[in-house]
Amino acid sequence: MPVALETQGLVKHFGGIAAVNNVSLRIEKGARHALIGPNGAGKTTVINLLTGVLRPSSGRILLDGADVTALEAYKRVRRGLARTFQINQLFLDLTPLETVGLAISERMGAGNNWWRLVGTNPAVTAEIVEILGRFNLTDVMYERTGHLPYGKQRLLEIALAIACRPNVLLLDEPAAGVPEDERHEILATVAALPKDVTVLLIEHDMDLVFAFADRISVLVNGTLFVDGAPDEVARDPRVKAVYLGESLDA
Amino acid sequence: MLTILFDGVAYGMLLFVLACGLSVTLGLMNFVNLAHGAFAMAGGYITLVLVNRAGVPFFAGLPIAFIASALLGALFERTLYVHVYGKSHLDQVLFTIGLVFMSVAAVDYVMGSQQVFIQLPDVLQGRFDLFGIGVGRYRLLIIVVCGLLTIGLQLMLSGTRFGSRLRASVDDARVARGLGINVNAVFALTFAFGSGLAGLGGALGAEILGLDPTFPLKYMVYFLIVVTVGGTSSITGPFVASLLIGIADVAGKYYVPKFGAFVIYTIMIIMLILRPQGLFARATGK
Amino acid sequence: MARSLLEEAAHRLATRARWRPLEYVFWLAALASVWHGALHLPERYLILTEVAWLALFALSLDLILGYAGIISLGHAAFFGLGAYAAALLAKYGIVTEPVLALVVSGLIASVLGFATSFLVLRGSDLTRLMVTLGVALIMREIANQIPELTGGADGLQGVVIAPILGLFEFDIFGHVSYVYCLIVLFVLFLLARRIVYSPFGLSLRAVKGNPLRAASIGISVNARLVAIYTLSAFYAGVAGALLAQTQAFASLEVFSLERSADLLLVLIIGGTGYLYGGLIGALIFKLMQDWIANLTPQYWQFWIGLVLVLIVLVGRERIGQWTGGLWLLAERAFRRAAPGTASLAAPPGKGH
Repeated sequence: MPVALETQGLVKHFGGIAAVNNVSLRIEKGARHALIGPNGAGKTTVINLLTGVLRPSSGRILLDGADVTALEAYKRVRRGLARTFQINQLFLDLTPLETVGLAISERMGAGNNWWRLVGTNPAVTAEIVEILGRFNLTDVMYERTGHLPYGKQRLLEIALAIACRPNVLLLDEPAAGVPEDERHEILATVAALPKDVTVLLIEHDMDLVFAFADRISVLVNGTLFVDGAPDEVARDPRVKAVYLGESLDA
Repeated sequence: MLTILFDGVAYGMLLFVLACGLSVTLGLMNFVNLAHGAFAMAGGYITLVLVNRAGVPFFAGLPIAFIASALLGALFERTLYVHVYGKSHLDQVLFTIGLVFMSVAAVDYVMGSQQVFIQLPDVLQGRFDLFGIGVGRYRLLIIVVCGLLTIGLQLMLSGTRFGSRLRASVDDARVARGLGINVNAVFALTFAFGSGLAGLGGALGAEILGLDPTFPLKYMVYFLIVVTVGGTSSITGPFVASLLIGIADVAGKYYVPKFGAFVIYTIMIIMLILRPQGLFARATGK
Repeated sequence: MARSLLEEAAHRLATRARWRPLEYVFWLAALASVWHGALHLPERYLILTEVAWLALFALSLDLILGYAGIISLGHAAFFGLGAYAAALLAKYGIVTEPVLALVVSGLIASVLGFATSFLVLRGSDLTRLMVTLGVALIMREIANQIPELTGGADGLQGVVIAPILGLFEFDIFGHVSYVYCLIVLFVLFLLARRIVYSPFGLSLRAVKGNPLRAASIGISVNARLVAIYTLSAFYAGVAGALLAQTQAFASLEVFSLERSADLLLVLIIGGTGYLYGGLIGALIFKLMQDWIANLTPQYWQFWIGLVLVLIVLVGRERIGQWTGGLWLLAERAFRRAAPGTASLAAPPGKGH
């Protein structure tokens, strides 16, 4: 199976502390890969390194076989890597219509057009409407994002990443902070992602992880602890110990 | 050449005394006080009036300048500045620029727009030769006074309880409050003290820098450069920066008169390029 | 009338860009003001000319402050460079036709803008304030150090401006100056309006709102910021050139801190982020300055300082809200008077 995303010996130091310590991941094309671990294990730091928000202290990152370690963040998006944020990062003054439209026109290379007026590209408009429809956001698409309820904002967060038509999608706790009655919508959306998109998911919700993932990596204190199929990881006593605090002999 | 060095050191130490209040205010309260130079100007003019018109001896005029500017600073802090602490940096800049405009115009109205000179006692006039260095007596005074002040400041910060409260408040105001430190009082006292130092610097500096109503505008940039290059988290940073700038400016204007003024502006821009976040981001990352 | 979903969506996307009735009123009033002398009103052409290029200068700052979120305390650097460029081009006969000289001066200023743009890409607001101030002061010092060329502290003397397009000679009453500045303002305003409502303009607003997310959807944040900063420098340079051409004079104070500070005050009064803030603010500011200067010619800087202090104490957002609120009220009144006109999009007046 071709490898969509790979890291080799990824290390990130903050002062004297190694937040990410020699992490080597291999994520195959089309995989549903979950990254789990206790709070503060370094999961979001890994995502920030993968997307280029942070520069690694050492190690390499390969996207579709190409070395992107030194590539700027926005260029990685153009190569097909998109992400969502654990805490919503949206444009609060723009409407979902405008927000998704931005991502689409950037992807099409029309983002820096300064002469044409917004809304005059029918291909873009059609795609915006289609994506927002898929994410059940049609009824709120003309409202300012800042006025939307949290669940809708979370859906927009994912829709925005999807609008970039990524080959690899990094989801950072997509269900975080979403009220119980709106979670199923998020989960269904994640499950319905296209099969040819490779997904790396960070989550704490174990039901979601085990229902969704075909491979799980466990990160503890910045180090990759266990890496394997879901049932292997579920049975591993060390994982239980890390999560439940039991001693290894128990 | 050593004379240039001596003059540069005197200039630098004067800059330090003038600017360190600004540095501490920025580091402590995250507040950009572009009107800092106005307190220096106040100290200068108060000393002028006392010495030239009321016959107060020069050496008595200096501590009076300090106290008067400190009181002025405390007054302004409690009545005006306190309303602007929480606002954005742009608001603070606009507010303090407004104060500068007001103070410049007010002093112009009261004292006239010409440059003024404080009458120096005879003992401070002239130069003498020391190992081939032309030592200006007035500049020697500046070095001595500012040097003593610097040592005193450092001792106070590291040795006294107020000093440790100040350092705690700089580090993390919320935690300091939680520990029972009256952070507001620390702010007010520090602001007053910084303004007092500025006033003293203004009185000392009148002879060298020139005192006229546009003083706060002319020298604001110098203070900002000291703070930029020296950082806001210690005393030693601005001290070293002031010396560097003082020497560079004096040497620059002597050796390459056309470009002397650019030396310091260039230093500032280079520093900002190299460490744009590092200089104003505090260790706690606020 | 039921539109399909696609048509409605396209309509909504384009809603911000539609010309509001109040905008027509504004420009018709500006056009009418050209003839106010003929209506036996007291002739204020000279001050209106100043309003016009000050408005353009404020528009240039609005482009970066209101739309891209870049604070600058040194925009006078580009203004001053444009002014000196135009004055020197005229004095030494390098480019005598004013409109051509205007464009060349703007381009020269934009080169400086491009060269210094990288300084404002990184760092906090405070860093940007310092760096931009530093650049303006360096420009002033450069001008101060080459008095052979710039006239130094006395200013550049002996500048003679040729007739515009070879046809319209500048008159001492300021009629030609005002029409000239007004036309330049209008043309550049139209261009700015187009840019701001394009995909490029929308991406700038995204960068201002959330630069991290903007980069995460593929927007090349730095390239966009450099582009708008350079354009803003061009506009500021043209404004400076207009000053030099209409006054046939340029001096060091075009680079001064007072100029940059006054400009910020103009934008605060008028509000940022809706293009008209600079124009309205310039009008109010100039009228206020004129009134104060008549009362206390020597110390008007005191009152400007007081206005700055009061505005900050009252709160910039509130001032912007008042101006924006008035705009909305006027707009609603207009729609009641002329129903069926373009619908209202997001209200203006949101400050930085």
